[in-house]
Amino acid sequence: MRSFTYERPSTPAEAAAAVAAKPNAKFIAGGTNLLDLMKLQIETPAHLVDVNGLGLDRIEATPEGGLRIGALVRNTDLAADARVRKDYGVLSRALLAGASGQLRNKATTAGNLLQRTRCPYFYDTAQACNKRQPGSGCSALDGVSRQLAVIGGSDACIATHPGDMAVAMRVLDATVETVDAQGTERKIPIAEFHRLPGDKPEVDTTLKTGELITAVTLPKPVAGTHIYRKVRDRASYAYALVSVAAILGKDGSGHVAFGGVAHKPWRVEAAEAALPRGAKAVTDHVFAGAKPTHENAYKLKLAERTLTAALNQARA
Amino acid sequence: MKFDTPAGQNPIDQLKVVGKPTDRIDGKFKTTGTAPYAYERHDVVANQAYGYVLGAGISKGRVRAIHVEDAKRAPGVLAVVTTLESPRLERGMMNTAYLFGGDVIQHYHQAIAVVVAETFEQARAAAFLVKVDYAAEAGKFDLAAEAKGAPPVPSDSGEGSGGDGEERVGDFDGAFAQAPVTLDETYSTADESHAMMEPHATVAAWDGDKLTLWTSNQMIAWGHGSVAKILGIPKENVRIDSPYVGGGFGGKLFVRADAVLAALGAKAAGRPVKVALTRPLIANNTTHRPATIQRVRIGATKDGTITAIAHESTSGNLPDGDPETAVSQTKLLYAGANRLTAMKLAHLDLPEGNAMRAPGEAPGLMVLEVAMDEMAEKLGLDPVEFRIRNDTQVDPQAPERPFSHRDLIGCLKLGAEKFGWAKRNPRPGQVRNGQWLIGVGMAAAFRNNMVLKSGARVRLDGAGTVTVETDMTDIGTGSYTIIAQTAAEMMGLPLDKIVVRLGDSDFPVSSGSGGQFGANSSTAGVYAACVKLREAVAQRLGINSADAVFADGEVRAGNRAVPLGDAAAQGALSAEDTIEFGDISKKQQQSTFGAHFVEVGVDADTAEIRVRRMLAVCAAGRILNPKSARSQVIGGMTMGTGAALMEELAVDTKRGFFANHDLAGYEVPVHADIPHQEVIFLDEVDPMSSPMKAKGVGELGICGVGAAVANAVYNATGIRVRDYPLTLDKFLERMPDAA
Repeated sequence: MRSFTYERPSTPAEAAAAVAAKPNAKFIAGGTNLLDLMKLQIETPAHLVDVNGLGLDRIEATPEGGLRIGALVRNTDLAADARVRKDYGVLSRALLAGASGQLRNKATTAGNLLQRTRCPYFYDTAQACNKRQPGSGCSALDGVSRQLAVIGGSDACIATHPGDMAVAMRVLDATVETVDAQGTERKIPIAEFHRLPGDKPEVDTTLKTGELITAVTLPKPVAGTHIYRKVRDRASYAYALVSVAAILGKDGSGHVAFGGVAHKPWRVEAAEAALPRGAKAVTDHVFAGAKPTHENAYKLKLAERTLTAALNQARA
Repeated sequence: MKFDTPAGQNPIDQLKVVGKPTDRIDGKFKTTGTAPYAYERHDVVANQAYGYVLGAGISKGRVRAIHVEDAKRAPGVLAVVTTLESPRLERGMMNTAYLFGGDVIQHYHQAIAVVVAETFEQARAAAFLVKVDYAAEAGKFDLAAEAKGAPPVPSDSGEGSGGDGEERVGDFDGAFAQAPVTLDETYSTADESHAMMEPHATVAAWDGDKLTLWTSNQMIAWGHGSVAKILGIPKENVRIDSPYVGGGFGGKLFVRADAVLAALGAKAAGRPVKVALTRPLIANNTTHRPATIQRVRIGATKDGTITAIAHESTSGNLPDGDPETAVSQTKLLYAGANRLTAMKLAHLDLPEGNAMRAPGEAPGLMVLEVAMDEMAEKLGLDPVEFRIRNDTQVDPQAPERPFSHRDLIGCLKLGAEKFGWAKRNPRPGQVRNGQWLIGVGMAAAFRNNMVLKSGARVRLDGAGTVTVETDMTDIGTGSYTIIAQTAAEMMGLPLDKIVVRLGDSDFPVSSGSGGQFGANSSTAGVYAACVKLREAVAQRLGINSADAVFADGEVRAGNRAVPLGDAAAQGALSAEDTIEFGDISKKQQQSTFGAHFVEVGVDADTAEIRVRRMLAVCAAGRILNPKSARSQVIGGMTMGTGAALMEELAVDTKRGFFANHDLAGYEVPVHADIPHQEVIFLDEVDPMSSPMKAKGVGELGICGVGAAVANAVYNATGIRVRDYPLTLDKFLERMPDAA
């Protein structure tokens, strides 16, 4: 870990200004990902702005009938919130499918959206990784790639977004609220929040420098069975090979997003009309243009079969 | 004490203390954080600095230059020692790769420098400032590509399995060609990491020429000699202390870079230095269980009598390395007149393959016992019955050698009964419970029982307390407890009158912990020392030692009863002895046996495999402590489940290293993966093994369990995957249509 300076501002706008003011500054909330990355010098911020004291830790009803989730609401608290459990079951289930109890106690809503990839080459500083060190190359392309992206990748990067919560947020059409150093507020649809790697894989999101997430809002609840089905190599404490976040009616109609397959939660709204016709019709469309490696091509079949499981659950 | 005739009646047979499910006496220290592990030995020496080991970033080649100027100027840095400043150091016992020194890189993350600083954080930060110029060379990293043409090579795992590169009995080829029912299949197992909780760690301190290492090591005497050899100093100048070990599984049998670099770092810094290997270094800097490609051929008559059996295994290793001894159990487990076993070795430039819990048998049985399941199906025989039909009471390669005691059939029958095996549907893919395809499977467990010379010193004080000292280690197994039970039984004392001190090279040399030889051998050493102490006590009290009875804290003879402590009223009484085993273990084959039964569920859509219940029935001589023995067996069952279902060091065959080198990438079972586990020990003794009449169980639990899981998966799905671990991607294309 490199030495860094540290401050605790008292308002979101101050926090945003503090990060914007110094080169190589970063926000820190739960620190469950950032601190690990700093120890390995994958992240080397010179200055940390602690946002834990900003009071962004409430869940409130919105006038539109939805929920506004403060950026600092812990994963455990969000998953346990009675309104979330009742009306946004997919979100509660996704949260509980992720990490461990200890980590969920510490990890925050905003921080969860910002967690970085778990590609093994991102973590090994002796290996080429364009996301960690732009221009160094991508060892994963012809390396160990069983966990990595099958769609939306580029010649520069096939990393995945490793999280579960964001996949549920995506199917819920959440909106990320931010404030910048000038105090300007912005609302970013979740679909536009994470980006694809393209030729700039070092940039995970569309946030600007110093732009601080203050809340994530959910629109009013969508009826249907809320399902989060996470498939992994062991029963707990593992990243998704594939996950399905879905809100489905008895006839199979509804909405679906996939995790563990791309640099962002993967959803193709235009494919959802095919849901009543079964999984294959949907996944053929959702994964059109997929470019898997020989190690991760199984994810396409797995995504289809996992969606089948979700459809069966909704119909039952 | 020489042990060269079968054990007769002795004080252990009283079973007042031995054989009881006593809680581990170190348990309260472990659970309250007061059993310090090597890296936590803050009190043993003042002024400890921190060392951080830098691993090579290439897999093969040379180090041209190491630039340490920036690191040396970094805050808190006391010293930087690089591999280029040192000649290539000698290797310690059973080291294949060199640990340090010189410019040659044999494998990824080979240690090339240690940075010593006032704090761990400073040492780590400075290590990132070290810049290395390499001349990389092409290497061989793909076992499948190198397997063809790999020659047979003899090997000894050092843990009770091994043999010639190729061994033949009768005419395998002829018998196999003539057999009416045959099986010929090839299987593969993955590279696996020990993944013990406590990383390799050492605190080193020099006092002039004398070096003390507070470390984490399974084999103190081996380590003691190895450290002296590696560092080129006299053995008398080295002391090793390792009272608590947070898991070893074979990964701490040998001296590793933490010990060497703590010593070199301490010398350079002029003060004590502590070093722990980081988690990534454990995968690539230390040893692992090597991957194998195994071919099994079985020929049998139509009634299921095996007439020909062949097992060939190919694994890879660095030059000077050994093959995995994966065919050893096949020489002994089943009858059959015509036999062939072979171990072949391919040269690979991956990190060193070496012993990991049941080296040989763990991957070997994972294959043999699946082949047996496949063969039983071909024969239309129940897999339990097929095994019973081919049981042997003698070494099939040397029929003049009987097993000392073998009750595999007892394990199979009792296990089948307790598990409800009769309810199994032998047709695969037939049982469904909601989303789950349900299957059951079984396999035999087999592991040889090694006996090793083992010494101890016992001392009686005036308070009637007996202190046992031996360099035996407790690697989480329960050594403290069974040694205390042994001394208590021998001296007629309650457990709280026994003090056990372990893991110090100043103590008498023991068997150490490995190859499931530790429990029986080390307690037999304590038995021998206690026999001497009993004689000394009797002599001091003027009693004929043959008449003395040691019970309830007293020594009794005739009408006389004296508190034991009185014998030491004039000064402590001390006795030391070593149990030495004659050729008794050569004349008869000593092995341990078991039967595993497993039920799994396989998700009908996603092919996720989840174990639902497990049972092991074990026959391993006298069980010294059923509670700690059970813990050993369920630990083995858990580890074997990991090997069957998820554990795999993922080889980057282009760059030559294990890419998933942390515990997020290398997945081992978590609690949610392991449901109900039951262990039954057959009530038996083996007088050929030692005066304790006990055998090992530390590795028996992992032997065969992976095959039982795999056979259950086949029974659930009808899909036979022969490439471990059985991850869902290998099943998806062949799963029935998602309903």
